[in-house]
Amino acid sequence: MTDDNQPSPLSIHDMTVAYQRRPVLWDVDYEAPSGKLVAIIGPNGAGKSTLIKAALGLVPRASGEIAFFGKPYHEMRSRIGYVPQRTSVDWDFPIDALGVVAMGLYRKIGWFQPVSRKYRQQALAALERVGLAEFASRQISQLSGGQQQRVFLARALVQNADLYLMDEPFAGVDAATERAIVELLRELRSAGKTALVVHHDLQTVAEYFDEVLLLNMRRIASGPVEQVFTAENLRRTYGGKLALLDQVGHRMSGK
Amino acid sequence: MTDPLLRVLLLQDYNTRIVLLGTMLFGACGGVVGTFMLLRKKALVGDVASHAALPGVALAYLVLEVLAPGTGKSPPWLLAGAGLGAASGLLCAKLIQRVRLIKEDAALGIVLSIFFGFGVVLLTIVQRLPTGSAGLNEFVFGKAAALTVGDVVSIAIASGLVLAVCFALFKEFSLLCFDEAYAAALGWPVGRLDLLLTALVVAVTVIGMPSVGLLLVVAQLVIPPTAARFWTDRLGTMTLVSGLIGASSAAAGSLVSALVPRLAAGAVIVLAGTCAFAVSMVFGRQRGVLWHWLEQRDSERHIGQLDLLRACFESVEETQRRAVLTGESDLTATPIPRESLLTTRAWSSARLSRVLVAAMRDGVVRLDADNHYRLTHEGARRARLAARNHRLWELYLIHFADLAPSRVDRAADQIEHVLEPELIEQLENLLEQDTLRMTVPVSPHP
Repeated sequence: MTDDNQPSPLSIHDMTVAYQRRPVLWDVDYEAPSGKLVAIIGPNGAGKSTLIKAALGLVPRASGEIAFFGKPYHEMRSRIGYVPQRTSVDWDFPIDALGVVAMGLYRKIGWFQPVSRKYRQQALAALERVGLAEFASRQISQLSGGQQQRVFLARALVQNADLYLMDEPFAGVDAATERAIVELLRELRSAGKTALVVHHDLQTVAEYFDEVLLLNMRRIASGPVEQVFTAENLRRTYGGKLALLDQVGHRMSGK
Repeated sequence: MTDPLLRVLLLQDYNTRIVLLGTMLFGACGGVVGTFMLLRKKALVGDVASHAALPGVALAYLVLEVLAPGTGKSPPWLLAGAGLGAASGLLCAKLIQRVRLIKEDAALGIVLSIFFGFGVVLLTIVQRLPTGSAGLNEFVFGKAAALTVGDVVSIAIASGLVLAVCFALFKEFSLLCFDEAYAAALGWPVGRLDLLLTALVVAVTVIGMPSVGLLLVVAQLVIPPTAARFWTDRLGTMTLVSGLIGASSAAAGSLVSALVPRLAAGAVIVLAGTCAFAVSMVFGRQRGVLWHWLEQRDSERHIGQLDLLRACFESVEETQRRAVLTGESDLTATPIPRESLLTTRAWSSARLSRVLVAAMRDGVVRLDADNHYRLTHEGARRARLAARNHRLWELYLIHFADLAPSRVDRAADQIEHVLEPELIEQLENLLEQDTLRMTVPVSPHP
């Protein structure tokens, strides 16, 4: 999938993650393709978020190796942008949208230094890219759910990373935000960047993404949408639980 | 010159000035460090630190007495004991949390009570000693008036350090408090930052112990930042305001206790902080309860009036038996019976009267000589707008249910303020069809 001379943005080898003795991810092997939009798909509790968190070292791994662009994470931090779930923070925190976005630049700014005007302007430019420039000085609880999600995206964008890991950016957002995020993902792709996105809506997978990673504790299948996103694979992932599966299957086979 | 009140307020006593400086520095430190702890939802950590300090103090006293009888009341050693006690208490709380099933609040509660209980036991032993526990009670309840120049110099140095660390690491601490996982993903050493913040809490506990006593130190960590939050939505301002509230309540407390003999400064400082908190909660400009309540009331009035206008409009539509949303009709001429308003809105008679009085005051409804209510010209304009908005919103909810919920804002003066023009055009087409249907006589029988 990737060029021989260019290492994969994210390669996971034999990764197992367990809470106590209950495995959440089991022997996962995965090589992310470069310059593609990848949907990570699977039922609730399949370990989708855990995959991202374990790759970033936020959750301890029981075993396995992770490489970003062929190197360990701590050497490649500046090339990776992380978008956590929106519900992971307290939106009543006394900070405005611009302040949150500027957090993406803290590493670049460095220890002890305040956020100077130069960096504030970069943060503002990132907010503009997600269409929220006019909300820059608004306290974050006064933004809608979709706008909050876009603030999180802007915080990752401002890092100017090469690989983006996004945890359910489409969860509970309005139609306008969904369109804005899709547009942004396409922009990233045309700039040669890669995005791994935890996604829930099977209906939109084929429209929004180039590749899928089907996950249910193990890697069920991965690859280009048209080859891998099949009714058969979905049934293996979801265990035939979803009535939706057949519809999606029909649509895919019709193409 | 002999008036004690004047002497205190003009800071003429050297001692008063010293005490004031010492407590204010501590107050500011507590406010600043407390801001981060509050936002990290770890306000109780300060409580554990101060209670766990008690056995530390008592143990230090006992050790000193055993080693060299009579030296137990040496403040530096007692404070060192306090610091050690607080630190080991917090360490225990951290370790207990490693056990599954024990959550943070339980761990903190367990450590707090065990350490404090142990401290009380040690204190009773100390009291049985021939030397007594005179020096120790000052650490439990605080005795600001006993602060010496030496004490204040050490308080100043320690406070300066604490404030300098908070200033230098302001950006790092704020990231830690807002989004720890993201900070860790970016490679910030969250564990060490957290440890440093905890160390600052211990430092504040030790700094405040001689003046307000270990039981009340936690108040200075929690009350000022909570009060400050009501005034601002910015972290920088909040930290500053919190530090100021901490310092000024400390100042007020010290002055009052200097005036009234035998009044413990610690208690008065906490009471002063509580007053600041109460005032902030009610009047705080950003989040104060009063402003919130006023806004709520205004918005309720606004919605009430819109509902009334729409009810009037519908009543006219009913009497004229045709849709008056578009075509010409004299909305101002048709009398509006009170009963029809009551039935359409399902308001109580008293509520309707209140809304009507307000509407007449605003000049949108008038009560004519024939004792009938009618819309004024301005009222007719607004009623037409309100009815149109309402119907467009309803159509929107029916036809665009998928994207609707996050965007519906019925109190918005005009739907145009919320939705895009193309969408409104679509909705207007739908509305026209509805209106045409209505213009056709609905039923030949009344």
